[in-house]
This record gives sequence, C-alpha cells and structure tokens, in this order.
Amino acid sequence: MRWRPRTVLVTAAAALAAAVVGVVALGVGDFPLSPAEVVSALQGRGTRQQLLVVQVVRLPRVLTGAAAGAALALAGALVITMARNALASPDLLGITAGGSAGAVAVITLGGTASAAGWLRQVGVPTGALLGAALAGMLVWVLTRRGHLSGVRPLLVGVGVSSFFAGVVALLLVAAPIRDAARANVWLTGSLNQRSWPELAPLALTLALVAPVLLVVAHRLHGLHLGTDVARATGTDAGATARLLGAVAVALTAVAAAACGPLGFVALVAPHAARLATGASRPPLVASAAVGALVVLSSDLLARQLFAPVQLPAGAVIAVVGGPVLVALLVSQARRTG
Amino acid sequence: MDNTSSTTATTTAGGLAGRALTVAFDRAEPVLADLDITLAPATTTAIIGPNGSGKSTLLRTLGRLQRPQRGTVLLDGADVSSIGKRDLARRLGVLPQAPQAPEALTVVDLVARGRDPHRRWYDQWAARDEHEVHRALERTGMLAHAATPLAHLSGGQRQRAWIAMALAQQPSTLLLDEPTTHLDVAHQLDVLDLLAQVHAEDGTTVVMVLHDLGCVARYAERVIALAEGAVVADGTPGQVITPEVLRRVFDVEADVIPDPVEGHPVVLPRRRRRRPDE
Repeated sequence: MRWRPRTVLVTAAAALAAAVVGVVALGVGDFPLSPAEVVSALQGRGTRQQLLVVQVVRLPRVLTGAAAGAALALAGALVITMARNALASPDLLGITAGGSAGAVAVITLGGTASAAGWLRQVGVPTGALLGAALAGMLVWVLTRRGHLSGVRPLLVGVGVSSFFAGVVALLLVAAPIRDAARANVWLTGSLNQRSWPELAPLALTLALVAPVLLVVAHRLHGLHLGTDVARATGTDAGATARLLGAVAVALTAVAAAACGPLGFVALVAPHAARLATGASRPPLVASAAVGALVVLSSDLLARQLFAPVQLPAGAVIAVVGGPVLVALLVSQARRTG
Repeated sequence: MDNTSSTTATTTAGGLAGRALTVAFDRAEPVLADLDITLAPATTTAIIGPNGSGKSTLLRTLGRLQRPQRGTVLLDGADVSSIGKRDLARRLGVLPQAPQAPEALTVVDLVARGRDPHRRWYDQWAARDEHEVHRALERTGMLAHAATPLAHLSGGQRQRAWIAMALAQQPSTLLLDEPTTHLDVAHQLDVLDLLAQVHAEDGTTVVMVLHDLGCVARYAERVIALAEGAVVADGTPGQVITPEVLRRVFDVEADVIPDPVEGHPVVLPRRRRRRPDE
C-alpha cells in the first residue's frame, strides 16, 4: 500500500477531533463535567457519581455515535467509489429506508418485548439487515444489475425509499399506539437513550468487516477506474463489487438499527474526506474518522443548540447534508449538461 | 532487439487465439458468430472493419473483458478461463476504448494500477514496483507529467498515460481498442510510434483496432479484416488492403497505390459503392 502523507494527516486530525468532541460530549448534560474530570473518570478516577455518569450513562452513547458515523461513512465511501458516482450513497439509494422498515417491523411487531433484552440487541439489527438486504436487491434489479452511473440510480432510490416508507406507514398504523410511538421516536434518528445493546451489534459488525476490508479494499483502486480496467488489471470485478456491496449494506443496516436512520452521513463524510485529502476517491479510514466526527459533532450541537430542548442528531446532519446534496447535483448537472 | 535486463518481457511461444467465438448481447443477432482467429506472436496486428462489424467485441472477448456465449480464448495454448486473473493480467494487457478516469486522478496513480497484477493485498509497495512505474512513465514520455491530474492533459498525453499503465503490467501481449481515435494526426503518430517502439524493444505482441487505414498500412505487420462478425481477410497489409477487400468489407470503391517513399499501400477512396439493388 502506498500511504499518501496528506491522507494520513487528515485521518489523524479527524480522529483526534472526534475524540475531543467525544470528551466534550461526555461532560455535557444535567450533570456537567469539565474535560479534565471526564478524562479522569474514563481512567477510573473520580467520585462514584462521576464514574457512573461518564462510564455507564454517557460513554455508550458517544461510542455508539462514533461507531455509527464510521460505519455509515465507510458504506458511503465504498458505494461511491465502486459506482464512480458522487451521488450514489446508500441512503440516497434507499438502503437506509429498507433497514428502517426492517427495524420498525421488529419494534412494532415485537411489541414491548423489543424495548429490551434479546429483541432489542439482536432482533432489531437483524430486522434492519433483512430490510436493507431486500432494498439492496431491489436497487440491483432496478438499476439493471448495478449500473449506478448518472442520476438514474437516485430516481431508483427515491422509488425504493418511497416503497419502504409506505411499509413503515402501514406498520405504524397497524401497531398498538405505544409501540408506534416508540417506533416513531426511533425513526427520527438520534443518539438519545442509545446504550450498550445498540453498540454491541454495531461494534461486532465493524470488527467483522475490518479484516474483510483490509484484504479486499486494495481492489477498490482498480474498481474506481471502471470494470473494464479493473478486469484488465486482474481484479474479479463482479465478485468484488458484490462483496463490497454486501458489506456496505450490512454497515448501513447495523448503523441504522443502532441510531435510527441518520441520513446524509454516508454522503457528506466521504466527500469531505476526499476533498480534504485531495484524493480521487474517498479514502476508507479517513472517511470513517470524518463520519465519526460528523455524528458526534451533530449530536453535541443537537443537544446544546436549543438546550434544554434536545434535537435529534439526524435533524442537524440533514441541515448540512441537504445543501451538500444540492451542490453535488448542481455541479454534476453543470458538468454533463 | 531484446534487452538483456531482467525487466524485459519475453515473447510468448503460442500467442493469443480465439476458437469458435460466439458473442451475442440482448439482440437476437450475434455480434460474433463462430469466429476463429489466430494472432501471430511478437507481431503488430491491426484489426479493421466497418462500424458494427464486431471489432471492439472481438478485442474485448480476446482480452477477457467480455465473456463469449460459446467458444474459447486461448493464450499460449491454454484456455484463458483456466488461467488465474492476476496471472492473465501479467501476460495480457488491455486498453479499452475511451477509458474514463475519475477526476483528480494523477498520472502516476493511474500507472501504479498497472502494478496491481504483481501485488497481493499484503504486499508493500516495493522498489520493483517503483522502478517499473518509473520506466513506464519514461518510455511514454510522461515522467514530467507524473503528478498532473489526467483531466489537465491533452488527449494524446492522456492516451500515453493509459498506455503507460498497461506497460507497467509488463505484459507480453497488448490489446488496444481504437487507441488513436479522437486524436489529431501528430498525437496519432506519437501513440503509434510508441507502440512500435515497445514492440521493437520488448517483442510484445501488439493487437490494435484501428480505423485509419493509412496508419494500418504503415504500422501493422499483419491485418485482419472483419465484416459482420466474421474474418474476411487475414494477411500482410499488401495482401489485405486491396480494392477487392475494401469493396467487400467497407462497401467503397477505392484505388490502392504503393506509397512512393515507404512502399506500403495507400488507399484513395473514390466513392461509396452502389449496391445492385439501389
């Protein structure tokens, strides 16, 4: 692997910034702590109350946010690179909508049992995975076996998202009001009340995906030049694309299961990483670091901006992500039209 | 002729061949129907034919970018589908038609992709890789532009960068699909001279799809004419570029005279041929 110095620098800077935001986030809330106190509490020093607040209450939330941001950014970087399309991120293609529908199905059909225990930790992510996989297959078919260039895949994404939004609407209408309310809250996409049960499947997926990416990611260089060139330089383009596509779907699903649908992270983070490093494609690790930074910053802003009212992190990301999407659409139209 | 350095590619014994190749897309009419073709090793061969004759499809099938519905492609006598993908890429380089490079990709990053068949995922970027990339850039005259994004280069320079990538693979056979289309005459000569030099220095088998019959006659040692998915003529430029073949393949009436300086056939098209039923 050839490491570009600028990529390493950006990755380190983003990771450091994410850590700093994380420490600040750990100190914010009804029981405020200074960053120094937070660091001590993380190391196990401090009053019992401080340790409880930092390690038990807030730490899993921050870790979940960071992990979800990293997972979404990775998924976005993978698909954008393989599709050679700046706009082809999993949430715009409808994968996130599929994952949401699957998760909501478990939450509403599982009833109060899905609020805790086995269903919460395993059932919801599995539902999200199945929903996202179904969405992925739909996109594959509707784009004629994965032709993801131009604006057409976005139209497919709109269609697929609408379909799954309809499924969610049905589920919400049919479910008992308490479960529907819980599902509705989940759908807004936030880190509120996220804890170890959400973090565990997400962390597990990331841990499983990391070695796969380590081995296969170098093929992205070739795939980024197109299937013809990839094949000409000896890569099994079809098999690699399917494998990395499956990885992207899994990452999107598990992140959605943990935090609800956090739209635009998979679009904004890879492009920010690409622009910062000046590379021709979003570098994977840098994108993950930027993704973690984006989610943690958004969550912190969402909590503090109108305190004591807590906004969902998804809303803050959308405020940034929406204009970014428009800018990308305009620049692409200007180039082709 | 052959350099004695260890980095020179060696000539293949058997060469590239296709047997009973049939390629049909969604259309009912196959683009290539039961086509047999043998490419002479260590030779520069040009494939000519009208639009829609299947030249690109044939080149892509020979280069394993396209899977034939029936038939086999052989490299040195072995079925290409039985050869490992990376092994194949080390022996066979393919330059597709009008390749698209992503924005901001620099020349050296593109050429470095040519080293992919020589490296596994755990391989660090070795001195050997650096040397081959440098050599490829040097031979194609792109060393000065190594850090330039491809988008900022002229068409001819871009094409040379893509050829440098193919050269970095160190293949013994090089397939090029219309490498000179969209280039002005100076850049066309640049590219063809480069390929001729590579062929002369390394003994590389070069197979190109070309439209310009003047270039074909000047640079090709062998010419294969394709029409409607079948081989119509196969021989030296003098044997293939004749009024009869041009009439049959391109549907034009033309005179062919020998070049006064270099002797190769020069085509003087007179008119589009009138069919008996027109």
